[in-house]
Amino acid sequence: MNELTALPLFGVALTLAAFALAHALYRRTGSVWLNPVLVAILSIIAFLLVTGIPYRSYARGGDLITFLLGPAVVALAVPLYQRRLELWRRKAAILCGIAAGSLASIVSACGIAWLLGGSRDVIVSVAPKSVTAPIAIGIAERISAIPALTAPVVVMTGCLGALCGAEFCRLVGIRTPLAAGLAVGTAAHGIGTARMLEIDRLAGTAAGLAIGLNGLATTILLPLLMVLAGG
Amino acid sequence: MIRGFAVLLSFQLAGELSVRAAAWPIPGNVLGMALLLVALMLGLVRLEWVTEAAELVLSHMALLFVPVGVGVMLYFDLLAREWLPIVAATVLSTFVVIAVTGHVTQALAGAKPAAEDAGE
Repeated sequence: MNELTALPLFGVALTLAAFALAHALYRRTGSVWLNPVLVAILSIIAFLLVTGIPYRSYARGGDLITFLLGPAVVALAVPLYQRRLELWRRKAAILCGIAAGSLASIVSACGIAWLLGGSRDVIVSVAPKSVTAPIAIGIAERISAIPALTAPVVVMTGCLGALCGAEFCRLVGIRTPLAAGLAVGTAAHGIGTARMLEIDRLAGTAAGLAIGLNGLATTILLPLLMVLAGG
Repeated sequence: MIRGFAVLLSFQLAGELSVRAAAWPIPGNVLGMALLLVALMLGLVRLEWVTEAAELVLSHMALLFVPVGVGVMLYFDLLAREWLPIVAATVLSTFVVIAVTGHVTQALAGAKPAAEDAGE
Protein backbone atom coordinates (compact mmCIF):
# COMPACT_ATOMS: atom_id res chain seq x y z
CA MET A 1 0.00 0.00 0.00
CA ASN A 2 2.79 2.41 0.96
CA GLU A 3 4.55 1.63 -2.29
CA LEU A 4 1.43 2.48 -4.25
CA THR A 5 0.68 5.77 -2.46
CA ALA A 6 4.30 6.85 -2.97
CA LEU A 7 3.77 6.81 -6.75
CA PRO A 8 2.77 10.07 -8.50
CA LEU A 9 -0.16 8.05 -9.82
CA PHE A 10 -1.80 8.14 -6.37
CA GLY A 11 -1.83 11.95 -6.01
CA VAL A 12 -3.00 12.52 -9.57
CA ALA A 13 -5.75 9.91 -9.35
CA LEU A 14 -6.95 11.15 -5.95
CA THR A 15 -7.05 14.78 -7.14
CA LEU A 16 -8.96 14.01 -10.33
CA ALA A 17 -11.39 11.67 -8.57
CA ALA A 18 -12.06 14.15 -5.75
CA PHE A 19 -12.55 17.01 -8.21
CA ALA A 20 -14.82 14.96 -10.50
CA LEU A 21 -17.00 13.95 -7.53
CA ALA A 22 -17.03 17.51 -6.13
CA HIS A 23 -17.97 18.83 -9.57
CA ALA A 24 -20.81 16.31 -9.91
CA LEU A 25 -22.09 17.31 -6.47
CA TYR A 26 -21.92 20.99 -7.43
CA ARG A 27 -23.80 20.36 -10.68
CA ARG A 28 -26.40 18.26 -8.92
CA THR A 29 -27.10 20.77 -6.13
CA GLY A 30 -26.21 24.06 -7.86
CA SER A 31 -25.17 25.48 -4.47
CA VAL A 32 -22.33 28.05 -4.55
CA TRP A 33 -21.27 26.85 -1.08
CA LEU A 34 -20.30 23.52 -2.64
CA ASN A 35 -17.57 25.14 -4.75
CA PRO A 36 -15.80 22.14 -6.37
CA VAL A 37 -12.28 23.42 -5.63
CA LEU A 38 -13.02 23.86 -1.93
CA VAL A 39 -14.93 20.57 -1.61
CA ALA A 40 -12.12 18.70 -3.42
CA ILE A 41 -9.45 20.28 -1.18
CA LEU A 42 -11.33 19.53 2.05
CA SER A 43 -12.18 15.96 1.05
CA ILE A 44 -8.57 15.20 0.07
CA ILE A 45 -7.29 16.65 3.37
CA ALA A 46 -9.88 14.56 5.25
CA PHE A 47 -8.93 11.46 3.27
CA LEU A 48 -5.20 11.90 4.00
CA LEU A 49 -5.84 12.55 7.70
CA VAL A 50 -8.13 9.52 8.06
CA THR A 51 -5.89 7.11 6.16
CA GLY A 52 -2.68 8.52 7.66
CA ILE A 53 -1.09 8.80 4.22
CA PRO A 54 1.59 11.51 4.51
CA TYR A 55 1.18 14.77 2.59
CA ARG A 56 4.58 14.13 0.96
CA SER A 57 3.23 11.00 -0.77
CA TYR A 58 0.20 12.89 -2.07
CA ALA A 59 2.38 15.79 -3.25
CA ARG A 60 4.36 13.56 -5.66
CA GLY A 61 1.27 13.44 -7.86
CA GLY A 62 -0.14 16.78 -6.73
CA ASP A 63 2.99 18.55 -7.93
CA LEU A 64 2.41 17.21 -11.46
CA ILE A 65 -0.97 18.95 -11.51
CA THR A 66 0.44 22.11 -9.95
CA PHE A 67 3.05 22.14 -12.73
CA LEU A 68 0.30 22.89 -15.26
CA LEU A 69 -0.48 26.16 -13.43
CA GLY A 70 2.62 27.62 -15.09
CA PRO A 71 1.39 27.27 -18.70
CA ALA A 72 -2.15 28.14 -17.52
CA VAL A 73 -0.96 31.56 -16.30
CA VAL A 74 0.96 32.10 -19.58
CA ALA A 75 -2.22 31.11 -21.46
CA LEU A 76 -4.04 34.09 -19.92
CA ALA A 77 -2.23 36.13 -22.60
CA VAL A 78 -4.65 34.65 -25.16
CA PRO A 79 -7.91 36.15 -23.80
CA LEU A 80 -5.98 39.35 -22.97
CA TYR A 81 -4.91 39.58 -26.60
CA GLN A 82 -8.43 38.87 -27.85
CA ARG A 83 -9.87 41.60 -25.59
CA ARG A 84 -6.96 44.03 -25.86
CA LEU A 85 -8.88 46.92 -27.53
CA GLU A 86 -11.70 46.80 -25.01
CA LEU A 87 -9.29 46.67 -22.06
CA TRP A 88 -6.97 49.35 -23.44
CA ARG A 89 -9.90 51.76 -23.81
CA ARG A 90 -10.52 51.42 -20.05
CA LYS A 91 -6.90 51.41 -18.96
CA ALA A 92 -7.27 54.33 -16.51
CA ALA A 93 -10.22 52.70 -14.73
CA ILE A 94 -8.43 49.35 -14.63
CA LEU A 95 -5.18 50.72 -13.21
CA CYS A 96 -6.95 52.92 -10.63
CA GLY A 97 -9.22 50.05 -9.57
CA ILE A 98 -6.32 47.66 -9.03
CA ALA A 99 -4.14 50.26 -7.25
CA ALA A 100 -7.04 51.12 -4.92
CA GLY A 101 -7.69 47.42 -4.30
CA SER A 102 -4.02 46.71 -3.53
CA LEU A 103 -3.90 49.58 -1.03
CA ALA A 104 -7.23 48.54 0.53
CA SER A 105 -5.97 44.97 0.86
CA ILE A 106 -2.79 45.87 2.74
CA VAL A 107 -4.46 48.44 5.02
CA SER A 108 -7.54 46.33 5.86
CA ALA A 109 -5.68 43.02 6.36
CA CYS A 110 -2.99 44.55 8.59
CA GLY A 111 -5.51 46.80 10.36
CA ILE A 112 -7.90 43.98 11.24
CA ALA A 113 -5.06 41.67 12.38
CA TRP A 114 -3.69 44.52 14.53
CA LEU A 115 -7.10 45.37 16.04
CA LEU A 116 -7.63 41.74 17.01
CA GLY A 117 -4.32 41.61 18.82
CA GLY A 118 -2.28 39.73 16.22
CA SER A 119 1.47 39.58 16.75
CA ARG A 120 3.81 41.48 14.43
CA ASP A 121 4.53 38.23 12.59
CA VAL A 122 0.82 37.73 11.85
CA ILE A 123 0.21 41.37 10.87
CA VAL A 124 2.97 41.45 8.25
CA SER A 125 2.35 37.89 7.05
CA VAL A 126 -1.29 38.59 6.11
CA ALA A 127 -0.36 41.82 4.27
CA PRO A 128 0.22 40.20 0.84
CA LYS A 129 -2.82 37.87 1.19
CA SER A 130 -4.48 38.96 -2.08
CA VAL A 131 -1.35 38.49 -4.18
CA THR A 132 -0.78 35.38 -6.29
CA ALA A 133 1.19 32.79 -4.27
CA PRO A 134 4.61 32.98 -5.98
CA ILE A 135 4.69 36.80 -5.72
CA ALA A 136 3.25 36.77 -2.18
CA ILE A 137 5.98 34.40 -0.94
CA GLY A 138 8.63 36.64 -2.52
CA ILE A 139 7.12 39.72 -0.84
CA ALA A 140 6.85 37.91 2.52
CA GLU A 141 10.55 37.07 2.40
CA ARG A 142 11.52 40.64 1.58
CA ILE A 143 9.50 42.23 4.40
CA SER A 144 10.71 39.56 6.87
CA ALA A 145 7.26 38.05 7.33
CA ILE A 146 6.75 34.28 7.72
CA PRO A 147 6.28 32.73 4.24
CA ALA A 148 4.86 29.56 5.84
CA LEU A 149 2.04 31.67 7.26
CA THR A 150 1.55 33.79 4.14
CA ALA A 151 1.13 30.68 1.93
CA PRO A 152 -2.00 29.22 3.57
CA VAL A 153 -3.49 32.71 4.03
CA VAL A 154 -3.11 33.34 0.29
CA VAL A 155 -4.78 30.02 -0.54
CA MET A 156 -7.66 30.65 1.89
CA THR A 157 -8.17 34.12 0.38
CA GLY A 158 -8.34 32.60 -3.10
CA CYS A 159 -10.86 29.95 -2.04
CA LEU A 160 -13.06 32.55 -0.37
CA GLY A 161 -13.01 34.76 -3.49
CA ALA A 162 -13.86 31.75 -5.66
CA LEU A 163 -16.57 30.64 -3.26
CA CYS A 164 -18.59 33.84 -3.05
CA GLY A 165 -16.73 36.66 -4.86
CA ALA A 166 -19.17 36.81 -7.76
CA GLU A 167 -22.18 36.70 -5.42
CA PHE A 168 -20.68 39.41 -3.19
CA CYS A 169 -20.17 41.64 -6.27
CA ARG A 170 -23.88 41.41 -7.08
CA LEU A 171 -24.75 42.09 -3.43
CA VAL A 172 -22.77 45.37 -3.30
CA GLY A 173 -23.87 46.56 -6.76
CA ILE A 174 -20.80 45.72 -8.86
CA ARG A 175 -22.58 44.87 -12.09
CA THR A 176 -20.24 44.98 -15.08
CA PRO A 177 -18.15 41.90 -15.94
CA LEU A 178 -15.05 44.13 -16.17
CA ALA A 179 -15.46 45.54 -12.64
CA ALA A 180 -16.47 42.20 -11.12
CA GLY A 181 -13.58 40.39 -12.81
CA LEU A 182 -11.00 42.96 -11.71
CA ALA A 183 -12.45 42.95 -8.18
CA VAL A 184 -12.28 39.17 -7.74
CA GLY A 185 -8.91 38.91 -9.53
CA THR A 186 -7.40 41.65 -7.35
CA ALA A 187 -8.85 40.14 -4.15
CA ALA A 188 -8.47 36.43 -4.86
CA HIS A 189 -5.76 36.08 -7.57
CA GLY A 190 -5.66 32.82 -9.58
CA ILE A 191 -8.23 30.81 -7.65
CA GLY A 192 -10.75 33.65 -7.98
CA THR A 193 -9.80 34.02 -11.65
CA ALA A 194 -10.50 30.35 -12.34
CA ARG A 195 -14.05 30.82 -11.02
CA MET A 196 -14.59 34.06 -12.99
CA LEU A 197 -13.43 32.30 -16.18
CA GLU A 198 -16.25 29.82 -15.68
CA ILE A 199 -18.84 32.56 -15.23
CA ASP A 200 -17.88 35.08 -17.95
CA ARG A 201 -14.97 35.25 -20.39
CA LEU A 202 -14.41 39.02 -20.04
CA ALA A 203 -14.64 38.85 -16.24
CA GLY A 204 -12.12 35.99 -16.22
CA THR A 205 -9.78 37.88 -18.54
CA ALA A 206 -9.95 41.02 -16.38
CA ALA A 207 -9.28 38.87 -13.31
CA GLY A 208 -6.23 37.37 -15.00
CA LEU A 209 -4.91 40.84 -15.78
CA ALA A 210 -5.46 41.81 -12.13
CA ILE A 211 -3.30 38.89 -10.88
CA GLY A 212 -0.20 40.36 -12.50
CA LEU A 213 -0.96 44.03 -11.89
CA ASN A 214 -1.96 43.57 -8.24
CA GLY A 215 1.21 41.55 -7.69
CA LEU A 216 3.20 44.44 -9.10
CA ALA A 217 1.25 47.10 -7.17
CA THR A 218 1.60 45.29 -3.84
CA THR A 219 5.30 44.62 -4.42
CA ILE A 220 5.79 48.39 -4.74
CA LEU A 221 3.22 49.65 -2.17
CA LEU A 222 3.84 47.30 0.77
CA PRO A 223 7.46 48.26 1.53
CA LEU A 224 6.50 51.96 1.21
CA LEU A 225 3.57 51.57 3.63
CA MET A 226 5.76 49.70 6.08
CA VAL A 227 8.21 52.60 6.14
CA LEU A 228 5.28 54.99 6.75
CA ALA A 229 3.94 52.78 9.54
CA GLY A 230 7.35 52.70 11.18
CA GLY A 231 8.23 49.12 10.18
CA MET B 1 -2.42 21.27 -29.49
CA ILE B 2 1.22 20.13 -29.18
CA ARG B 3 2.39 23.32 -30.88
CA GLY B 4 0.25 25.34 -28.47
CA PHE B 5 1.80 23.70 -25.41
CA ALA B 6 5.26 24.10 -26.89
CA VAL B 7 4.60 27.85 -27.26
CA LEU B 8 3.12 28.22 -23.75
CA LEU B 9 5.98 26.32 -22.08
CA SER B 10 8.62 28.15 -24.14
CA PHE B 11 7.24 31.51 -23.02
CA GLN B 12 7.09 30.30 -19.42
CA LEU B 13 10.72 29.24 -19.71
CA ALA B 14 11.67 32.59 -21.25
CA GLY B 15 9.88 34.32 -18.36
CA GLU B 16 11.63 32.17 -15.74
CA LEU B 17 15.03 32.79 -17.33
CA SER B 18 14.44 36.55 -17.49
CA VAL B 19 13.30 36.99 -13.87
CA ARG B 20 16.25 34.92 -12.68
CA ALA B 21 18.75 36.86 -14.79
CA ALA B 22 17.33 40.26 -13.74
CA ALA B 23 16.41 39.19 -10.15
CA TRP B 24 12.92 40.68 -10.55
CA PRO B 25 10.40 40.10 -7.78
CA ILE B 26 7.69 38.75 -10.13
CA PRO B 27 7.06 35.09 -11.00
CA GLY B 28 8.39 33.81 -14.30
CA ASN B 29 4.97 32.64 -15.50
CA VAL B 30 3.47 36.14 -15.04
CA LEU B 31 6.32 37.61 -17.11
CA GLY B 32 5.80 34.76 -19.61
CA MET B 33 2.17 35.88 -19.95
CA ALA B 34 3.32 39.45 -20.68
CA LEU B 35 5.92 38.22 -23.20
CA LEU B 36 3.35 36.06 -25.01
CA LEU B 37 0.95 39.02 -25.17
CA VAL B 38 3.68 41.15 -26.77
CA ALA B 39 4.58 38.35 -29.20
CA LEU B 40 0.92 38.02 -30.23
CA MET B 41 0.65 41.79 -30.79
CA LEU B 42 3.86 41.85 -32.85
CA GLY B 43 2.63 38.90 -34.91
CA LEU B 44 5.57 36.70 -33.87
CA VAL B 45 3.08 34.12 -32.57
CA ARG B 46 -0.17 33.49 -34.42
CA LEU B 47 -3.32 33.29 -32.33
CA GLU B 48 -4.42 30.00 -33.92
CA TRP B 49 -1.20 28.29 -32.77
CA VAL B 50 -2.14 28.70 -29.11
CA THR B 51 -5.94 28.99 -28.84
CA GLU B 52 -6.63 25.25 -28.48
CA ALA B 53 -4.02 24.63 -25.76
CA ALA B 54 -4.91 27.88 -23.95
CA GLU B 55 -8.59 26.99 -23.99
CA LEU B 56 -7.82 23.57 -22.50
CA VAL B 57 -5.75 24.81 -19.54
CA LEU B 58 -7.89 27.90 -18.86
CA SER B 59 -11.16 25.97 -18.80
CA HIS B 60 -9.67 23.57 -16.21
CA MET B 61 -7.74 26.16 -14.21
CA ALA B 62 -9.81 25.57 -11.05
CA LEU B 63 -8.72 21.91 -10.90
CA LEU B 64 -5.05 22.95 -11.04
CA PHE B 65 -5.35 24.76 -7.69
CA VAL B 66 -6.57 21.70 -5.74
CA PRO B 67 -3.12 20.31 -4.76
CA VAL B 68 -1.99 23.84 -3.74
CA GLY B 69 -5.00 24.05 -1.44
CA VAL B 70 -4.32 20.63 0.09
CA GLY B 71 -0.92 22.07 1.10
CA VAL B 72 -2.73 24.19 3.72
CA MET B 73 -2.85 21.04 5.92
CA LEU B 74 0.88 21.45 6.55
CA TYR B 75 0.22 24.72 8.36
CA PHE B 76 -2.66 23.75 10.67
CA ASP B 77 -0.51 24.20 13.81
CA LEU B 78 0.73 27.61 12.75
CA LEU B 79 -2.80 28.76 11.84
CA ALA B 80 -4.31 27.43 15.07
CA ARG B 81 -1.96 29.49 17.24
CA GLU B 82 -3.42 32.90 16.27
CA TRP B 83 -6.46 31.79 14.32
CA LEU B 84 -8.76 34.74 15.12
CA PRO B 85 -6.68 37.65 13.73
CA ILE B 86 -5.59 35.46 10.78
CA VAL B 87 -9.06 34.27 9.77
CA ALA B 88 -10.79 37.61 10.43
CA ALA B 89 -8.16 39.59 8.48
CA THR B 90 -8.32 37.12 5.58
CA VAL B 91 -12.10 37.02 5.32
CA LEU B 92 -13.01 40.66 5.95
CA SER B 93 -10.15 42.09 3.92
CA THR B 94 -11.11 39.93 0.93
CA PHE B 95 -14.58 41.50 0.90
CA VAL B 96 -13.09 45.00 1.36
CA VAL B 97 -10.82 44.51 -1.67
CA ILE B 98 -13.67 43.25 -3.86
CA ALA B 99 -15.90 46.21 -2.92
CA VAL B 100 -13.15 48.84 -3.34
CA THR B 101 -11.71 47.51 -6.63
CA GLY B 102 -15.12 46.89 -8.17
CA HIS B 103 -16.58 50.25 -7.26
CA VAL B 104 -13.51 52.29 -8.25
CA THR B 105 -13.38 50.51 -11.62
CA GLN B 106 -17.11 50.84 -12.17
CA ALA B 107 -17.14 54.53 -11.24
CA LEU B 108 -14.37 55.30 -13.74
CA ALA B 109 -15.37 52.91 -16.55
CA GLY B 110 -19.15 53.37 -16.33
CA ALA B 111 -21.67 51.10 -14.64
CA LYS B 112 -23.34 49.94 -17.83
CA PRO B 113 -22.08 46.76 -19.48
CA ALA B 114 -20.33 48.03 -22.60
CA ALA B 115 -22.69 47.01 -25.39
CA GLU B 116 -20.56 48.62 -28.11
CA ASP B 117 -17.78 46.18 -27.31
CA ALA B 118 -19.87 43.11 -27.99
CA GLY B 119 -18.89 42.90 -31.64
CA GLU B 120 -15.20 43.51 -31.06
